[in-house]
Amino acid sequence: MSQDKGAGERVATVPRGIGAGSPRIVVDRVSKSFRLGSVALQECSLEVTPNEVLCIIGPSGCGKTTLLRIIDGLTRPDSGRVLVDGVEITRPRRDLAMVFQHFGLFPWKTVSDNVAYGLRVQGRPDQEIHTTVAQCVELVGLRGFERHYPYQLSGGMQQRVGLARAFAVNPSVLLMDEPFGSLDAQTREVMQEELLRLWRIRRTTLVFVTHSIDEAIILGDRVALMTHRPGHIKDVLDVGIPRPRDPETVRGGDRYASLRRYIWNQLRPEVAGTVGAP
Amino acid sequence: MSGRISPAAIRLASVLAGLVAWEIYGRAIHTVIFAYPSTIGRALIELTRTGELPFYLRGSLVVLALGLGLAIVIGIPVGILMARRATVEYALEPYINALYSTPTVALIPLIVLWAGFQVKAKVILVFLFCVFPILINTYQGVKNTDARLLEVARSFCAGEWSMWRDLMVPSAAPYILAGIRLGIGRGLVGMVVAEFYTAITGLGYMIVQYANNFRTDRLFVPIVVLMILGVGLTSLLRRIERSVAPWLHVAQHE
Repeated sequence: MSQDKGAGERVATVPRGIGAGSPRIVVDRVSKSFRLGSVALQECSLEVTPNEVLCIIGPSGCGKTTLLRIIDGLTRPDSGRVLVDGVEITRPRRDLAMVFQHFGLFPWKTVSDNVAYGLRVQGRPDQEIHTTVAQCVELVGLRGFERHYPYQLSGGMQQRVGLARAFAVNPSVLLMDEPFGSLDAQTREVMQEELLRLWRIRRTTLVFVTHSIDEAIILGDRVALMTHRPGHIKDVLDVGIPRPRDPETVRGGDRYASLRRYIWNQLRPEVAGTVGAP
Repeated sequence: MSGRISPAAIRLASVLAGLVAWEIYGRAIHTVIFAYPSTIGRALIELTRTGELPFYLRGSLVVLALGLGLAIVIGIPVGILMARRATVEYALEPYINALYSTPTVALIPLIVLWAGFQVKAKVILVFLFCVFPILINTYQGVKNTDARLLEVARSFCAGEWSMWRDLMVPSAAPYILAGIRLGIGRGLVGMVVAEFYTAITGLGYMIVQYANNFRTDRLFVPIVVLMILGVGLTSLLRRIERSVAPWLHVAQHE
């Protein structure tokens, strides 16, 4: 399988600090159009190295979510393919877990049962489920809320449950679709710090879709810029800010400012295009 | 607070006023044609003491429970299956529409022909009366399952059985319970009709017998019991409906 070359064009070099070797995820010239003929994705190619955080950023409607759903196996591409650890994705797999913008919690399940969901579905033994759930609930700071139902929690806490549920299945790839997009600004910043902390403890390959430039720089090792109509990867940037990162310090740095300006200049014509302004 | 009368107080006052009016005007009418609350109450105590009412009530309840139980056990899975598999839906739809539209009473002679006059026929009748609201509500409830949660389940590689257990049934539970509540109402009708038109037993027997003997006070006893049964079971189901999905009510209040 020599996909490495085919996808090479738009993909930047492997980021510093991350071992070379075979990529965890290869997105190889993926195209997808919807009924009514609108093209959502055209020839998207990407590579994600193991334990890397890749943020995908682009204007709304550029197909970021579609791309993520294709990586997860929830949708098939019209052409092209996605490989995870060299195996083509044709449907959802257990070693990939997704965190959703709408949290996707089961309202009739308690926090514990929601966190346990992925493990239950996989038919793991009760003892293992019990231990893992306790660990993950502790990990995301929800101890004491095990018996609560989602509707009794704030948005930020609900998404902590979403994170715990995804971490519980110990996935080799975590996919996040604007997970903090529906939270208020303060909660969002807290959750970004939380995610940085979680990722330090439980390293995985993380693909994080966002429309916030700030979020992409704070979290990502690399940032992929997407354009829309048709959606494709315009550029992939190395963030190059050392970890562990403190968001406040990062925001005050020169690297952050220049990256932010560069990404905004890349995205501005796209966003203006959607709004219809010059 | 503002001196407004609570709905419960209005209801109670209305019922009491009705009972009093009934008592007063009932006494003015000949006892063969009409009875009034105090005589009905006396008849109720009498019939309970002799063991007649408990005996016939038990017979009726067995029929209702069997018919309703069967309708739940068959209606819910078939409803889910129809919602999940288009083939099953299209295959069963014509039969369900046809049977649901046919007045079930019209089927009684046929059922008697097939199943005889005894408990079997009665249970089939009650079943036919109450299976469709349960089945159709279950189908609707499953169809209304949040598409986003379906995607979550798919993303976590849930199998079909887990889809039913973790997603479809809990999500459709309020619909299913509402269906059972409607089913109980229709099931009571089916029960009495069955007792009238097949072997005459149960509360239906009491009604027929005391009407024939012009014991109007006793005639009202099974009617009152049926009323209490209907109101009691329905409000019990309503209560369960409300407690089974608290998150729905939170959303409504906000």
